[in-house]
Amino acid sequence: MSTPEPPGGNPDDIVLQAKNLNKAFGAVTAAKDVNVAVPRGAVWSLIGSNGAGKTTFVNMVTGYLRPDSGTILFNDKNITGMEPRKITRLGISRSFQIPQLCAELTALDNMLVSLGSANEQASFFRSAHSADSVASATEMLERFRIVDYRHRTMAELPAGVRKLLDIAMAITGDPQVLLLDEPTSGVAAEEKYPLMDLVMEALEGANVTVMFVEHDMDIVARYSQRVLAFYDGQIIANDTPDHVMQDESVRRFVTGGAAATAGGASC
Amino acid sequence: MDLLAVILVDGLIYGAWLFIVSVGLTLTFGVLNILNMAHGGLYAIGAYTTATAVGIYFANGGDAFPLGSYAVMVFAALLVAVVLGPLLERGLLRHFYDRDHVVIVLVTYGIFLILEDVMKLIWGVTPLFVSEPYSLLGNVEMGPLFYVTYDFLVIGVAIVAGLIVWYVLNRTRQGKVVLAVIHDREMSRTMGVNVNKVFMVSFMAGVFLAALGGALTAPMISVSPGISVNVIILAFAVVIIGGLGSIEGAAIGALFVGIARAASVHMLPAAELFIIYLVMAAVLVFRPEGLFPKTEARKI
Amino acid sequence: MMNSRFFVPLSCVIIFSALVGIGFIIPQWAMFLATMALAKGLVALGIVILMRAGLVSFGQGLYFCIGAYVSGLMANWTGITDIILLSILGILVSVILATVCAKLLSGYRGIFFAMLTLSLSMILYGALSKMSMIGGTDGLNVSAPTFLGFAPEGRALGFSLYFYTCLVSVIAGGFIRVYFNSERGLTALAIRDNELRVEYLGSSVKSAISAGYIMAAAVGGLGGVIAGLAIGHVDPEYAYWTTSGEFVFVAILSGFFSITAVFASSIVLEIVRSFSNLYFPNTWQLVLGVFLLIVILLLPNGLGSLFNKLRRRGDSE
Ligand SMILES: Nc1ncnc2c1ncn2[C@@H]1O[C@H](COP(=O)(O)OP(=O)(O)O)[C@@H](O)[C@H]1O
Ligand SMILES: [Mg+2]
Repeated sequence: MSTPEPPGGNPDDIVLQAKNLNKAFGAVTAAKDVNVAVPRGAVWSLIGSNGAGKTTFVNMVTGYLRPDSGTILFNDKNITGMEPRKITRLGISRSFQIPQLCAELTALDNMLVSLGSANEQASFFRSAHSADSVASATEMLERFRIVDYRHRTMAELPAGVRKLLDIAMAITGDPQVLLLDEPTSGVAAEEKYPLMDLVMEALEGANVTVMFVEHDMDIVARYSQRVLAFYDGQIIANDTPDHVMQDESVRRFVTGGAAATAGGASC
Repeated sequence: MDLLAVILVDGLIYGAWLFIVSVGLTLTFGVLNILNMAHGGLYAIGAYTTATAVGIYFANGGDAFPLGSYAVMVFAALLVAVVLGPLLERGLLRHFYDRDHVVIVLVTYGIFLILEDVMKLIWGVTPLFVSEPYSLLGNVEMGPLFYVTYDFLVIGVAIVAGLIVWYVLNRTRQGKVVLAVIHDREMSRTMGVNVNKVFMVSFMAGVFLAALGGALTAPMISVSPGISVNVIILAFAVVIIGGLGSIEGAAIGALFVGIARAASVHMLPAAELFIIYLVMAAVLVFRPEGLFPKTEARKI
Repeated sequence: MMNSRFFVPLSCVIIFSALVGIGFIIPQWAMFLATMALAKGLVALGIVILMRAGLVSFGQGLYFCIGAYVSGLMANWTGITDIILLSILGILVSVILATVCAKLLSGYRGIFFAMLTLSLSMILYGALSKMSMIGGTDGLNVSAPTFLGFAPEGRALGFSLYFYTCLVSVIAGGFIRVYFNSERGLTALAIRDNELRVEYLGSSVKSAISAGYIMAAAVGGLGGVIAGLAIGHVDPEYAYWTTSGEFVFVAILSGFFSITAVFASSIVLEIVRSFSNLYFPNTWQLVLGVFLLIVILLLPNGLGSLFNKLRRRGDSE
């Protein structure tokens, strides 16, 4: 199934490519000449202070926003401006900075919704709570160690559990590319590593390409092979964590000064 | 006078009337975020109160100074606003602000139903007539046609009402506070704005405008049960066309519908009953949230 | 709770038997009332379907009216009076129209959806009022239905109609319950909560809403056919927005948890209406309004939530 990949993904096999993406909101430039080519199987991170354009990048790739100009290729197929649903169907999933869950449903039902959606032939007749579906949903919740919360609705869940559920829902469709928008934000410091470990564990063996937005440089260094540093809508550095952290402009605009207060990069 | 001019004048008159009966609805929505279905009922109560008040005025020597009946009409609308505004907002609606949007619409629907019968209990079911104010100003001759001067008074009132609302919101300190509340309710609260008071006053203003619409209309029609039903739907359509919460939108929407109806009356009478819905459907097809939609906060 | 596949059919059989049993003992006026209540309950059920996806249609009168006109016109034009054929035709016409309308409507939410559905129904109202060849505002009379060749009269007619109405209501209710419990049914609830997420999971929100709208039209048309036949007369008022308002009322009263509650609410409403007509003819709307406010205040999720609470108490789970 998964051929052994060199760490950092196979540079000859580009799964996701962004070419000259630009996006402006009025006077605000949220993306400027963004160029990225992500090899299949790579785990990359996106850093940058608040408002740097990280979420905008995720939003454009997943179809929530249409770039003003530029192209996005997925497996060499042009997906620029496609609807989120179609992009999901093609194999790009995402999680959200603020978890997007169905507030009045239980954790189990949220999971069942994603399983039902992942299956293109969702039925008008087959029970959503059939033994099979409930078993797979429960199994998924178990994988993320949140199965104890399965009968709770979203208002009753701790922030970390919501985050995990949000990510778990993104994974159910077996994506080829997974974009995680600040997976560890709002999670207690000591739970950040366990959370990332759980996510990586869940993805093991599936050769999924991951891009995650993160403020904590230790997590960036530990989990990603490559870092994209955003500033003012531009990618100012695209290198290994070590190199990026040495980078003059990254220190000035991202990890040092303003960013330390904004993102908590120092903690 | 050619057909086009006739359509324009008729459309303007009808549009002005539509604006008056709907501007309060859009104001209430803009500030309180409530789509008030009771608006039609408040309009009808304005009409009934006017019918009674003007009747009393003329029965007590008002003939000596008939123009005073116009003041009586405005007074009647004010009375409705002062009595019913706080009663409905403080007494009922307030309890539902944290509930779903649709729930509040239904609460106002409940109020609408209650008002319908309360009116029957107070004023009975036989129609009331107060045509004096309507004929008071005589007619205007335009080419071969006569228009009742009062119709132009309606246009005048529409313009004045629109301007006052616009001026108060955009050029006064109190108006700025209201705009702040519209923009961000919670933020305004933390900045020390008395949001409750803004709500109550705005709702009262909405009721006043509804009642004023009724007051102005009372002399033109027979005031009877059922007048509210039509108005609520008309007002809704106008406000939806214009974009919920937009005063300018309501003005343009009213004009749109007014002219469309006038055109249909003269050219395609069969469509008169539903032309407004056609216009609304057509506008929504091209502008899904009306002509001047509210800007939405970003979600993700 | 409902994991047994026999639960739905079994409940349907029990409820149907109970309804028919009741039919043997109640007087004719009550039977007519129940027939009408079930027919209108079917229309309200359509609104409930949409409510689960977070939408309120203020224009289900459209399909109620179409169903009723189908039953009236078919008898006049083609002589078809068989109730089953009429039902199928009514549903068919409604579904075809709804499929077209759904293309437009599925892009709208909240009040815009409500107002557009209302406009569509009011356009029909306006058009019918002006069509003098089919009665204009006076409408037309609907001949009494036949039942697979059987042409009852008097009390037998009332009972047959009641029997038929119970049967189709229970069948429709059963199917819709299966849908509510299904994967698609759960997706509808998810759409109500977070449409964005559902799109991001790869499901089409628009097609889910279209499907709900078409189902709603089907039961709406069916309810209209029955109401037209039961009253024996149809006029444009069927499409007037206040008629639709009553359906919304029933849907709100019942909430979207229980299908039985929808029919129960419809029956409650018809009973309240008859009694107010009898005892306070001028305060029917007042009663309705107060009733609505009380329900919203005390039972935010409708009568259905009450049913569910009782059921949960009875359940061992
Ligand atoms: N939908 C939107 N409407 C208006 N401005 C937006 C929108 N999305 C993003 N922005 C703006 O674009 C800039 C980049 O935002 P974002 O991509 O969310 O930054 P990040 O995720 O790096 O914190 C910010 O200035 C933000 O205010
Ligand atoms: Mg962000």
